[in-house]
Amino acid sequence: MAVTQVVRSEWTKIRSVQSTVWTLGLAAVVTIGLGALISALSKSEYENLSPRDQLTFDPTFISFAGLSLGQLAMVVFGVLVVSNEYSTGMIRMSLAAVPQRGTFFFSKVAVATVLALLVSLVTTFATFFLGQALLGNLSASIGDPGVLRAVIGAALYMTLMAVFSMGVAAMLRSPMLSLGILVPFFFLVSSILGAVSATEKIGRFLPDQAGSKIMQVVAPLNDDTPYGPWGGLGIMALWVIASLALGYALLRHRDA
Amino acid sequence: MIEATGLTKRYGAKTAVHDLSFQVRPGTVTGFLGPNGSGKSTTMRMIVGLDEPTSGHVTIGGLPYRRVPNAPRQVGALLDAKAVHGGRSARNHLLCLAQLSGIPARRVDEVLGVVGLQDVARHRSKGFSLGMGQRLGIAAALLGDPQVLLFDEPVNGLDPEGILWVRTLMKSLAAEGRTVFVSSHLMSEMALTAEHLIVIGRGRLMADMSVREFIAANAAGFARVRVPDTEPGSREKLAAALAEEGGQVLPEPDGALRVAGLPLPRISDVAHTAGVRLWELSPHQASLEEAYMRLTQGAVDYRSTDDRRAGLHEEGAQGPEPFPVPQPGADQPGWYAPPPPRQERPAAPDLSKSDTEDPR
Repeated sequence: MAVTQVVRSEWTKIRSVQSTVWTLGLAAVVTIGLGALISALSKSEYENLSPRDQLTFDPTFISFAGLSLGQLAMVVFGVLVVSNEYSTGMIRMSLAAVPQRGTFFFSKVAVATVLALLVSLVTTFATFFLGQALLGNLSASIGDPGVLRAVIGAALYMTLMAVFSMGVAAMLRSPMLSLGILVPFFFLVSSILGAVSATEKIGRFLPDQAGSKIMQVVAPLNDDTPYGPWGGLGIMALWVIASLALGYALLRHRDA
Repeated sequence: MIEATGLTKRYGAKTAVHDLSFQVRPGTVTGFLGPNGSGKSTTMRMIVGLDEPTSGHVTIGGLPYRRVPNAPRQVGALLDAKAVHGGRSARNHLLCLAQLSGIPARRVDEVLGVVGLQDVARHRSKGFSLGMGQRLGIAAALLGDPQVLLFDEPVNGLDPEGILWVRTLMKSLAAEGRTVFVSSHLMSEMALTAEHLIVIGRGRLMADMSVREFIAANAAGFARVRVPDTEPGSREKLAAALAEEGGQVLPEPDGALRVAGLPLPRISDVAHTAGVRLWELSPHQASLEEAYMRLTQGAVDYRSTDDRRAGLHEEGAQGPEPFPVPQPGADQPGWYAPPPPRQERPAAPDLSKSDTEDPR
């Protein structure tokens, strides 16, 4: 089975349903919109910040504030790409046509990942430049040290969130179950674990917290995080690999 | 040619398919019959490699499905017509499947024409009727112009014109030398479409023979005999006389008699000798449905009970007693066609000892 055939088919699948446009569009709009709003607010509130906060003011990171919400749309995209096959029963036709389940699964993930990455890159560059424009004299420049890394890293972060969700959806199959676990987890559980000092040290090894380190240009004071920006993204990538591997292992051995 | 050998599928303690061996040959339409939950769909899924058999194997042209080179061009299947993303147009749905198997896009438009969906090709399948959905599923099975075709309940939801179309299609596909394996609940439809039957009950093979043999082996033709209502006692008299001649006599709910094992002229002679006049003496050919019901009576998983409407009527305020319609198999073993005259029926497995038997 030629991989190109599966890739072409998956591209047709992904572009012929509206949920793709909706979820990816929402991810871009929410990330850019909320990022712009918070950038504008930060600019006007800067004078009221404590000197300590002014010292660690990170204009790049602030322009990505919308990602906390926009990433949820990426999660929905990742879940739907995989679980649509199960909720509609299409999986049977797909696997009957491509009995090599590894080829099928990884081609599907690859097509969705490339699309998610393109949308993420456009989104993060747009949100960065819009956010910096609104921050005015506080803004960072794309040429400053670490800034380009943070902007590209933010796109990788968004993409990896979607890919992680694809693996989870392949494990759980049901879109409702997958979303019911992933969305509260990333929206609530992860941030609660990160906020409570007792669990903070565990919380920062979760995929979203580790991965978001790459968007920081100015490190907070007394930063004792045991990994750097790329190390954090690496931890997130390990989560993604584990999720895909488990998803594939289940798909391979399960009756469709 | 599809060949199953000792095919078995267990889901935990439940055995869905038990030691099934059969062959589906090219050039004929083979019907696949069985009550709900008897393992038809599970068997079909195992044929196309979606479910892994617990033991045994099934091959297509000698190879397991997953090892058949370019399987979608060799085997086409309609397993579930509802297995479509409702937001995708009919054409895009087929295009996804065509691209998976390296089939050119113009073939998609071709099969859309074949199943008569060309006018709604760009509509979302969400708005399709049951029948249009079935046509889309059949189109998907035809995409690769395969030599082996599987259809699970293809006529579900089709109108009479659609049913006729499916019947003609199946027959013409078989006439082209293809292997056509069709499951259905509609016995009358199977009788018209299939030449060969594979019947399963509770996952076990119950019959594997031609339609004609199946009817002959599982239900005999019979005669309906009616005596004048005006002559009390003549019915019993005739029944006794016929039984003495070796006929099997059963009462019908409307007062007629159902006689098997005696030719019509003989019945007339017996009546004449006994001095009983006849108002009706008519031949009845057993239908596939009767033969099927008779064979699978013991293998039905879901059986309805009487609706007593308890609590819906006041005590004592019930209307006239409802007409006592005999339930199949209840007190009246021969309600469905009497047993064939020859008692050496093909070995139907003894279902009372089935390990999947419900405690009933």
